[in-house]
Amino acid sequence: MSTAHSQPHADDGAHGSLTSYTIGFLLSLALTGLSFGAVMSGAVPHAMILPAIVGLAVVQLLVQLVLFLHLGSAPSQRGNSVIFLLTAALIAILVSGSLWVMHNANLNMMPMQMSAEHAMAHE
Amino acid sequence: MSSPVTTIDAGHGDHGHGHDAGGNTVLGFWIYLMSDCLIFAILFATFGVLASSYAGGPTGKELFDLPYVAGETLILLVSSFTFGVAMLNMAARKTESVISWLLVTFLLGTGFIWMEVREFTHLIAEHAGPDRSAFLSAYFTLVGTHGLHVTAGLLWLVTMMHQVARYGLDGIVRRRLACLSLFWHFLDLVWICVFTFVYLRGVL
Repeated sequence: MSTAHSQPHADDGAHGSLTSYTIGFLLSLALTGLSFGAVMSGAVPHAMILPAIVGLAVVQLLVQLVLFLHLGSAPSQRGNSVIFLLTAALIAILVSGSLWVMHNANLNMMPMQMSAEHAMAHE
Repeated sequence: MSSPVTTIDAGHGDHGHGHDAGGNTVLGFWIYLMSDCLIFAILFATFGVLASSYAGGPTGKELFDLPYVAGETLILLVSSFTFGVAMLNMAARKTESVISWLLVTFLLGTGFIWMEVREFTHLIAEHAGPDRSAFLSAYFTLVGTHGLHVTAGLLWLVTMMHQVARYGLDGIVRRRLACLSLFWHFLDLVWICVFTFVYLRGVL
C-alpha cells in the first residue's frame, strides 16, 4: 500500500498485516475457548485435562509470538528471537528447577501426620 | 580514538532511515521485556510451589469463577487485536485512526482492570485476601503484578494518545508506539500463562 521509499520497517519494528493480526486473533480465540472448554465442559478425561491445557497454552504463546510480536527468522527479527530463546531457556530452568527442588523438599521434610510409607509411595 | 562514528547518527529519519537509533531502542526495550519476563517466571515458580498451601483456607476450586475469568481473557485478547489495528493504521500514516484504535484499546484495558479489581475486592470480602494462606499470597502477588503492568500500560496509552495528537506520527512517536505495542502484546502472553496455570489448573 505504500511505496518502497516510505515503508517504515526500521524504527517501527516489523509489521504484520490485517490478515496476520486477524488470523492470530481468531486462533487465540479458538485456543482460549478450547482451554476453558476442556476444563468447564467435563468432556475431557480428568487425567488428560492438564496436558491438554498446557499444550494449548504453548500453542497460543507461539501463535501470538509470531503473529502479534512478529518474532521469526527475518533478519530484522533475528536478534529479538535469539534473546527470546535464551530467556525461554532461563525460564524453563528456573521454573522447572524450583518446582522440582521444592517438591523433593516437601517429600523429604514430611509433616508429622504423614507416615514414612505414605511419603515413600509418592516417590 | 577519533570518532567518525558520530556523524552517522544524524537524526531519526522520517524516511525509513533511522535504522540505528530506532532499531536499537526497540531492541533495548525487548531486552527490558525479557527481564520482565524473568520477574513473571519467578512469580509463576513461587505460585507453583505454593499452589496447594491452603493453610486450611479456601482452595482455587472454591474461589475461582471461570466464566468471569473467560470474560477478562476475552477483553484482554480483543484489546491486543485492537492495538494491532492501531499499529497498522500507524504504518498507513492515519493519525486519526491511530488515536481512535488506541482509545478502544484503552477502554478495553480499563474494563479488564475494573474486572480484576472487582474480583480482588470480592475475594478480600470473602476473607480470602492475600493474608489468608500462602496460596492466596502467591496468587495476589502474581495476578496483581500483571494488573499493575496493565495499569502502567494504560497510563502509557493515555500519554501516547496525547503525543500522537500533538506531534503527529513522527519518527520518535512511531518508535514509542512500537515499544508500547510490544509491551501490550507481551502482557497478553503473560495472561495466557495466568489463566492456564493459575485459574484453569486451580479448579482441576
